[in-house]
Amino acid sequence: MKQLALAGLTVITVGAFGWYRGGDDAPAGITGTVKFTGTPPANPKIDMSEEAACAGSATTDPVVTVSNGNLADVLVYVKSGLPPGAAAAAPTAPAVIDQHGCLYRPRTVAVMVKQPLEIRNSDPVLHNIKAVPKKNRGFNISQPREGMKTTRTFTTAEVPIPLQCNVHGWMHANLAVLDHPYFAVTGPDGSFSIQGLPPGNYVLEAWHEKLGAQTMNVTVPATGNATANFTFSAK
Amino acid sequence: MTETGRRGGGSGNRSRPRGAVSIRVATAGACVALLLAPMPPTVPPARRPATPPTGPSPQQSPLSESAQRGKVVYDKWCLECHGETGAGDGAAAAFMLPRPRDFTGAVYQIRTTASGELPTDADIRRVIDNGMPGTAMPAWSGKLSETERNDLVAYLKSFSTFFEGAAPTPLEIGSEPGRSADGLAEGRATYETLECFKCHGDAGRGDGPSAPTLRDDWDMPIRAADLTSSWTFNGGSGVEDIYRRLRTGLDGTPMPSFSDVIEAGVITDAQLWRVAQYVRSLSPERPPAPREVIRAHLVSGSLPAGPADSAWNGVEKYYIPLVGQIIQKPRWFAPAVEAVWVQAVHDGSTLALRLSWTDRSNSPDPAWDEWLAAMATAVPEVDGSLAATQGPDRLTIQFPGRLSDDLERPYFLGGDRQRPVHLWRWTSAPDAVEEGAGSGLGRFTARAGGHQVTHQSRYDRGEWQVQLTRSLASSDSAEAPSFAPGVLVPIAFSAADGSNGEDEMRGAVSAWYGIYFDVPTPPSVFVIPVVAAGLTAGLGVVVVWRAQRRASGRSTSEGS
Repeated sequence: MKQLALAGLTVITVGAFGWYRGGDDAPAGITGTVKFTGTPPANPKIDMSEEAACAGSATTDPVVTVSNGNLADVLVYVKSGLPPGAAAAAPTAPAVIDQHGCLYRPRTVAVMVKQPLEIRNSDPVLHNIKAVPKKNRGFNISQPREGMKTTRTFTTAEVPIPLQCNVHGWMHANLAVLDHPYFAVTGPDGSFSIQGLPPGNYVLEAWHEKLGAQTMNVTVPATGNATANFTFSAK
Repeated sequence: MTETGRRGGGSGNRSRPRGAVSIRVATAGACVALLLAPMPPTVPPARRPATPPTGPSPQQSPLSESAQRGKVVYDKWCLECHGETGAGDGAAAAFMLPRPRDFTGAVYQIRTTASGELPTDADIRRVIDNGMPGTAMPAWSGKLSETERNDLVAYLKSFSTFFEGAAPTPLEIGSEPGRSADGLAEGRATYETLECFKCHGDAGRGDGPSAPTLRDDWDMPIRAADLTSSWTFNGGSGVEDIYRRLRTGLDGTPMPSFSDVIEAGVITDAQLWRVAQYVRSLSPERPPAPREVIRAHLVSGSLPAGPADSAWNGVEKYYIPLVGQIIQKPRWFAPAVEAVWVQAVHDGSTLALRLSWTDRSNSPDPAWDEWLAAMATAVPEVDGSLAATQGPDRLTIQFPGRLSDDLERPYFLGGDRQRPVHLWRWTSAPDAVEEGAGSGLGRFTARAGGHQVTHQSRYDRGEWQVQLTRSLASSDSAEAPSFAPGVLVPIAFSAADGSNGEDEMRGAVSAWYGIYFDVPTPPSVFVIPVVAAGLTAGLGVVVVWRAQRRASGRSTSEGS
């Protein structure tokens, strides 16, 4: 009986511990939406008539993309507050940036230090891809063929690194390199989700290439998500 | 004046050139002006993008002994352009385009290493030794000792912590495949596959559709290289040099590396070599040397009908380098036209000149509005701002207003009131030539007596070709100089590219040169040698005959 009780206690203890551990794996992070209020600034006009393969792809440079009040292409990342050792190993899966219709897609892309950035050309024309960082070494490579893929990695955290194509002077993109995996970039719906964060207090930054940066203090609970909504307006 | 006239050509010229001296004087004047230019207190700081280079902060570790010695050399010779902190922002920097190198980011154009990699010490040394043709960076190999140049390398590296502990290694490259016509054709085909023409243009003159939009890493406008002038290539003009530029790219500029293209199997390594061979083939075998006297060859039969006439193909070309007009305000530090090629023929009564030069745009061209806007922010405003709209392209030929026997020449920069010049001024829009008198840069009076010069112009893929024709004799020698066979006439050139913000004042100018009009060969030239040869032969026959007679007379007397 005593043994049974001990066994039962063990089961309960292990189970409880298991439940608790399971809690650690349960979604804990930050979710939110980035909004834009007011009239978005007019995007600069671009003329792609020089490039027949891309002509008609766009008439403006999508610097600020707002749909239904939601702001796309915002980098949201943990700026400070990570406990020591919280930065995991770099993901081996590459982040991807594509060149399509003589535009970068997405406009803003983030990788972790040492995580591969895969640069694709989905256009049947030459693109060169020039990265102009300050803290990392830059590069300037060419992709004269549709379907070409090139992979590059970065050694140092840096936000932002401009990417540009000199063949098509209107092509610009933003690359962010971070020394941890707690970042996200908003899509057209303006939403983001940063998962796997240890509970604690963080400073979260939302950065947009034209609209600037905002920070917010966020407390991540042991389980569940903290919410962080940002709102930008025309500067 | 003692050595002048050595190229006067023929004994028939009544006047002798002083080209050599004037060219030196003009060059010296230009150099002095260049040195003085940065000095005025009104000079603004070099315009740079607002974001200063952050990154690893420079000079964290103590300087090595070599770097300390290098600092002394740097502060004396390099600081004025490259700046105290190596940021390329010295006092003279604003007057230079391209700007002096910013060493703080360790971004170097000419390397043997992959795109984005640091240069080797030897790479940096090579640029110090040879300079950067087509920029303000001179070659230092004759000026500084080897130790001084090595010390400079050590000091330049101290401007960026990227170099700490780095050991950049050159890309391994194979050897050049043999050259052949088929190889050149493959090179041309690969030039198209890689879309080199997007920037460098179909004929390689740097006039591709993307050329007007090009910026360097510091957001300054930068010209696509004119591949027909290999002597201006920064990294050297050999096939291997060009191949290396294709493999490494030119960091800091829009020119990418094509190494990945080989790795991806889009082209082979041999094909990239073929591109280098093809690019090299677009330039003359040897760099052209300016000559002081342009010979107007005498032709029998008709003169070329226009600038595209194949008759010009066989006519000697003279290379006339131009420099920015940096003497008289508004000065111009960023000339687009580097040189004019001149050809000249006459038929005894009429002169035909053909001028051809690389100009990346047929101004005004809306595609180049963006370039003009970029230039307006890149050049210093000390001499006023650039026109908001593009003017025409210009080519001006300058003669002395009055020819004198001692070849007295007016001031090379447009003459002055005492000694005016006679000008033929061609513009692209309207496509016209004005003739008249100049009494200083920007002071022009159109000739009252009507037009004597006829012209035809042609713009072909980054090159202007203009033919100017006029009778040797002027209808009114008081207003326009008369030319004649056997005469040497001073001549000078200037050019302006409207889409580069250039105009009557802002442009590129040459020193005085001379044009010599060949004399018809007189018949006596052909008769006299024949007569002389005949007389010599006859005399020889007589001598031999007499000698033989004497000898035979002796032998006869001996035998008797």
